[in-house]
Amino acid sequence: MQQIAVLSGKGGTGKTSISAAFACLNKKSVIVDCDVDASNMHLVLSPRVKEQGDFNCGNFAVVDQSKCIKCGKCRQLCRFNAITEDFIIDKISCEGCGVCVWNCPSDAIRFEKDMSGKWFVSDTKFGTLVHANLGIGRENSGKLVSYVRTKAKEISKQNNIDTIIIDGPPGIGCPVIASVTGVDKVLIVTEPSLSALHDLKRILELIKNFKVKTFVCVNKYDLNKNITDEIKNLCLKEKCNFAGKIAFNTSFVKAVSLGKTVVEGFDNNLTANLEKIWHNVKRG
Amino acid sequence: MIISVASGKGGTGKTTVATALAQSMSTDVCLADCDVEEPNARFLLHPEISREENVFVKKPLLDEEKCTGCRQCVDVCQFNAISFIDNKPVFFDYLCHSCGGCILKCPENAISEKEVLIGKITFGKKENINFIEGSLNVGQAMSPPLIKEVIKQAKKYKDVIIDAPPGSSCPMVEAVSAGEHCFLVTEPTPFGLHDLQVAVEVLRTLKKSFSVIINRSDICDGKLKDFCKSENIPVAMEIPFSRKIAEGYSKGISMVAVEPNYKIKFKEIIERIKLCSK
Amino acid sequence: MKICISSEGNNLDSNVDARFGRCKFFIFADTDNMKIDAVENPNTEAMGGVGIKSAQLAVDVGAKAIVTGNVGPNAFEVLSKAGVKVFTNAQGKTVKEAIGDYKNSKLTEKTQ
Repeated sequence: MQQIAVLSGKGGTGKTSISAAFACLNKKSVIVDCDVDASNMHLVLSPRVKEQGDFNCGNFAVVDQSKCIKCGKCRQLCRFNAITEDFIIDKISCEGCGVCVWNCPSDAIRFEKDMSGKWFVSDTKFGTLVHANLGIGRENSGKLVSYVRTKAKEISKQNNIDTIIIDGPPGIGCPVIASVTGVDKVLIVTEPSLSALHDLKRILELIKNFKVKTFVCVNKYDLNKNITDEIKNLCLKEKCNFAGKIAFNTSFVKAVSLGKTVVEGFDNNLTANLEKIWHNVKRG
Repeated sequence: MIISVASGKGGTGKTTVATALAQSMSTDVCLADCDVEEPNARFLLHPEISREENVFVKKPLLDEEKCTGCRQCVDVCQFNAISFIDNKPVFFDYLCHSCGGCILKCPENAISEKEVLIGKITFGKKENINFIEGSLNVGQAMSPPLIKEVIKQAKKYKDVIIDAPPGSSCPMVEAVSAGEHCFLVTEPTPFGLHDLQVAVEVLRTLKKSFSVIINRSDICDGKLKDFCKSENIPVAMEIPFSRKIAEGYSKGISMVAVEPNYKIKFKEIIERIKLCSK
Repeated sequence: MKICISSEGNNLDSNVDARFGRCKFFIFADTDNMKIDAVENPNTEAMGGVGIKSAQLAVDVGAKAIVTGNVGPNAFEVLSKAGVKVFTNAQGKTVKEAIGDYKNSKLTEKTQ
């Protein structure tokens, strides 16, 4: 069994479209959408939800106004400016540290679980999709990402599926780290712009700590062939595999607008190219 | 006036638009890049960098002589950032949210604070634009403290454009909370629409004034526009796809440098927001 | 001697859980008499620092070694500082097999 994470560093490079294409090409995998902040895989895989549940995405404090003596101690101690002058705790600003809870002299503050996260296990044409949504404004600590990844591993074991494809989040923070921990391979989908090159360097730096086989592919490479070459050289320097390059192609938008993956009969050359890239990553 | 530019989905053109907005103003303005995990505005603005400042957050520091090994700090930490080994607490800065709880709890006053480097702020200038960028050190877990610091510096200016991080979680919330109005930049694909809906929910919860800018507005169907209409969300501007702009972007040439006509449009939408807020 | 094995179930025939911090059960085994104590992992609900909390649990119970699939850097730091040895790559075995391999020095020790 191998776990392959698809990341990007910079958003909008085509990571989700490409992960979905891989899912289609691989015919049967367990697919995990780890971009729980802005999950999109379900838009191209037409999932039928089989199982779902609520998820505790943190705690937040609530003031019982009937017990509150308005001494102001909580406001004084709160480092996150989460308590208003009327002693109402702003759920979005509250970090769930509990300092106000155990320091309130009249025991007027309690902790509540934020169950606004949701996880789903769905059937798709290409295997099971495990996906989730974080509650809005909640801390994306990686806990929900870890949760969906664990579920995915259980499912792959139960059903003898040998490939887990992980659609990762953008950035380099906690949720990215949670998406990459324990995977066998990482593919970074980038684009040939100065911004993306900068972000690529940062994400490569992060991934170095994980000692995983790293691949890079360049989407929309024809927008700037010079930077595409720079990316190729960077791969050589950083000892990662250049898995391939894809020309700018309107099929990407066409496919998603029809709720399909980009390799489902839009452009034969594009499909062949993505097959090659998938082969490079899967067998590499 | 402080205006934030956010997106929900990454890669919709948020930084491109934020930079264009700043470049369309004829008076002094500050462009604050709060996408601290992957700051990119400098690759379009090309400011002359004047200085850098390190940013620190406070993390616990133990006075071993005072510590009696009572373990209360370990139990009070909601983030599991404190372990207990050889009768002494061991702190994990990476997980610490700097809430101060352990310091307050310690009956022996054995915990104080130390400063830990999390990233840096870079200051620069390009013509009338004052540039402030936050950059989180690779390996650091939390953006909000650095974003807070960038915004603190940016607030020294009267007019600020905040380039917010993508997504709808903590970092985005931190960045848009400071603004009086938010431009949500999106694209008319199912991805763009889906993530816009999440971002809208956040802004409504924050009770922020917002409007939508549709980038690459002609690449897909009208579902996104229909959504905005049905939700009474104003569409401030539509920018059709342009390969010229995309190629320019890849080389670090900003939108209004490729298409100067857009300057007037961006200036107009800012003026409109300023008028509405009066 | 007491060791701690991350497990998917609560008995000797259960499979070793590849994760340490968020595993389903901790099995504390006495390697001399093969008596075991299965403890449901109380830390899975936490947002973060789960590795630390789980490592703390193993330290507090007095385990001299842990056997698992993989540990993250935080858990590893706690365990190393407390002098608890860490043996990884035991996933795919049953708890019974893992204990056997531990006793016969067939497991890989993680040293960094």
